[in-house]
Amino acid sequence: MRLDVDPIKCEAHGLCAELLPERITLDEWGYPIIDPAPIPASLQDLARRTVNACPTLALKLRALESRPLDGVQTRSRRVVSGRDGGEAAPGRRARSTR
Amino acid sequence: MSLPRVLLGAGPETMDFAVHRRVHGDPPTAGRAAGAAARLHAELTRAGLRGRGGGAFPLAAKLAAAQRAKRRPVVVVNATEGEPLSVKDRMLLESLPHLVLDGALCLADALDTGEVIIAIDECFGDATASMRRALLERPDLGGHTAQAKIVNVPSGYVTGQETAIVNFINSGIPRPVTQPPRLTERGIAKRPTLMSNAETLAHVALIARHGAEWFREMGREDEPGSALVTLSGGVRAPGVFEIEYGSRLGSVIEAAGGLTEPVRAFLFGGYAGSWVGGEAARSARLSRAGLAPLRASLGAGIIVALPESACPVAEVARVAAWMADESAHQCGPCVNGLGSIADVLIDVCEGRGGRDAFGDIRRWSELVTGRGACAHPDGTARFVTSALSTFATEFDDHARHGLCEACERRPVLIVPRRRVAVRS
Repeated sequence: MRLDVDPIKCEAHGLCAELLPERITLDEWGYPIIDPAPIPASLQDLARRTVNACPTLALKLRALESRPLDGVQTRSRRVVSGRDGGEAAPGRRARSTR
Repeated sequence: MSLPRVLLGAGPETMDFAVHRRVHGDPPTAGRAAGAAARLHAELTRAGLRGRGGGAFPLAAKLAAAQRAKRRPVVVVNATEGEPLSVKDRMLLESLPHLVLDGALCLADALDTGEVIIAIDECFGDATASMRRALLERPDLGGHTAQAKIVNVPSGYVTGQETAIVNFINSGIPRPVTQPPRLTERGIAKRPTLMSNAETLAHVALIARHGAEWFREMGREDEPGSALVTLSGGVRAPGVFEIEYGSRLGSVIEAAGGLTEPVRAFLFGGYAGSWVGGEAARSARLSRAGLAPLRASLGAGIIVALPESACPVAEVARVAAWMADESAHQCGPCVNGLGSIADVLIDVCEGRGGRDAFGDIRRWSELVTGRGACAHPDGTARFVTSALSTFATEFDDHARHGLCEACERRPVLIVPRRRVAVRS
């Protein structure tokens, strides 16, 4: 799994960088810079807690998998922020606009 | 066959349906018979047609993704053309609306859908009127049963970004949204949406008539076909030209009547593009492979020749400030980063840059790249950093001495009048 931030939802509260400094730092304006490397098993619980702590629900844990799209490699980014790795709870689903 | 292809028969007047049929033959009907959609997909795959709005995404892959979707798709023609230095799509709508329509209707047929939306910048009055007339000229839409309607989209640099168009049509807000989901999965009214640039669709219309082999007779093996480019700046007759991929920059300049004066540098790809010094660019071939060593690309087909008499520092600072303003103001890194970059560029231009000005600009450029919902910060960062490298002497000079004589000259890089920034 890896972490992704929705830059439109993010309002630079900065909690994520406090909870998961192993993977998240803040830029000079307070917005998170996320290490793109996969999250190791040892950090996954912490990563989930960080995702849940975001006040604007801007963080997501996504499954790492790739599938070919007619020769174009894309990463399928299924949302797996629920504890069991299933669909995100309805209340947590990204809204398309503010 | 030789050039022109897309611009065949194009003139100052709109080509009406009768003339269009005389020039190009009857509109292609992909037909909804089983296999027709697969044939068009196969033809587009063999043709290797890529999007001409700047993204260069393979159209066949987009079509396949929309075909896979369960719900009935929507086809959208993107004729918003937010790049101030590009006029090819507006020109196509004004002059050759039926060619663009042919392409859109072919895709609609292949997707077995009845819905086509033509998204046009609200300021493109002539293009809107021309397309409206074109729709009336073929009430049966040339044997297709699709319903086509025009939607005027608010002007702006990022309002023409494809998720912004969908967002505007869905909710009246002309600002990009975060992907995924991709538009081919979930777009207009939650339906799969196949959006394509107006020029791309004109090529579809020709490929559907003449086939992939014909399309590949021109251009390069890895980038076949022809393309429309808008050439402006220090040339005698600026305008839209159809080029063969892989042709030399010099040949387009010749077509534009030659240079008016020595050129300091060329801008490729518009305000999200890259600067290349005049000497290096002159022998460049106009293709992805030809421009890649110069770290440039044609983007939406934009080339500007910046004359030696212009001040590159003032030009770049002005555009960077405009681009910062044109941010949708949704993503923190874009709002803060582009704003900071623009402020320091103006300071440098006026000789108040400070010691670390260039280091700051480069650091911020790297910091904003890839961190917006759309590619607006990435493009602006590319434009600015390539300018720092290409015009190193001029930037240093300004950092030390401030404004120069050329700063006050009439801008080569036009920026539309600033609007009140949309803030969320």
